[in-house]
Amino acid sequence: MSVRELELDLDAFEGPFDLLLTLVLKAELEPGEIDVAAIVVAFVERLQARGELDLDACGEFLVLVASLLELKARALFPDEEELDLGDLGPEEAAEELARRLAEYRRLKEGALWLAERLEAHADRYFRIGPSPLAPRPERRLAKQDPGQLACALRALAAEPPAVSLTHMELRFPPVSQFLERFRALLRRRSRFDFEASVDGLSRVETAVAFLALLELVRSREATVTQAAPFAVIHVDRAQENADLDGRETSWSARSA
Amino acid sequence: MERPLRLISSNPVDRLARTIEALLVVATTPLPVEELAEAADDATERVETALGLLADRFREGRSGIVLEQVAGGYAFRASREAAAACGRLFERPVERGLSQAALETLAAVAYLGPCTRPEIARVRGVGVDGVVAGLVERGLVAEAGRDEAAGAVRYRTTPLFERVFGLESLSELPRLDNLGADAEEIRGRLEAVAAQRPA
Repeated sequence: MSVRELELDLDAFEGPFDLLLTLVLKAELEPGEIDVAAIVVAFVERLQARGELDLDACGEFLVLVASLLELKARALFPDEEELDLGDLGPEEAAEELARRLAEYRRLKEGALWLAERLEAHADRYFRIGPSPLAPRPERRLAKQDPGQLACALRALAAEPPAVSLTHMELRFPPVSQFLERFRALLRRRSRFDFEASVDGLSRVETAVAFLALLELVRSREATVTQAAPFAVIHVDRAQENADLDGRETSWSARSA
Repeated sequence: MERPLRLISSNPVDRLARTIEALLVVATTPLPVEELAEAADDATERVETALGLLADRFREGRSGIVLEQVAGGYAFRASREAAAACGRLFERPVERGLSQAALETLAAVAYLGPCTRPEIARVRGVGVDGVVAGLVERGLVAEAGRDEAAGAVRYRTTPLFERVFGLESLSELPRLDNLGADAEEIRGRLEAVAAQRPA
């Protein structure tokens, strides 16, 4: 017998079990509305009608009903609570369960009291309907000084201060400035570190300095080497008869 | 022997009582003393004195109209001996056919104070959306703002709830504070079941 074809007749759903699961998984049916106990009863009745114990079917049914119960439990309890319960040990979980059951029993007692009260008051008839209360007079404001209103208006009418755009302004120092600087450096020393030469400069200035360096490489006044990405960039003064290929290699390695 | 009704009197408290009688006969909801005093344009203490006079005049066994103190105010209702006649002519739409689920949900809202549907569902163990909507339609519960943390709508009982159940205020609900004993008992039962389980 196939569990999936089990015909169900519940308040919230009527049809085969597998369709019910599909609808729940597609969130077209609220898991909270499904009477799981009724599904179990339907399965047990069917099992009894067949007169033989189909262990495969029972196993499959247990797995499906367990997941359905889990979905229903998740749907009924808010997420945060679920987390709380997950953290509880078996001891505390039993405590919490007992507390909830007691709370529910208390609620049932309250409901019973209300039902009895309703019964006891069944012979008291009274008029109900929308209240024909007259509109209440509006609360008047305390006496106000008109000067205050003028003040408030004046404040609103004042020209707002001009918005400063200085923070948006990027100042680019000329590339030539760094070209001069690097050439002067290379005249004094045959090699220097790019990082050290731009130490203390702003991001924009560093970028411009780098453009200047590229310019030096292009005009074959210097060669650039870098051992690894993000490593120190060494700048060397170009040899009088430097091997052009070598320079090209180091340059393309750098740009890659 | 009952003394004869003095319908016309020049006694100022009697005159105030007649005014209050008039206000109460027009009202469809219980009127608090302060509201009566404001409408009658008189002092609260004098209104209370006048209400005492009316309570004696309009009581069970003496009048077909009975003055009752309910839902935080005063209201007229039919006397209980006229219940059968009233029942033949009038419906009781608010309380007719309240299901067990509705009563439990109502108890949850009344006892837990303003509370959200998930909170009620947590205690009852099943979803309560439909039940709460039904109670709102009957006018027994109403929305009362939103829960700040979860953003869910909170519900409270209405003055009509207090009226239908004949409560002067929610503080008249009986205390259900034997919670500790219950928790212990249920815990004991859980432990007994756990002990039977093979290790």
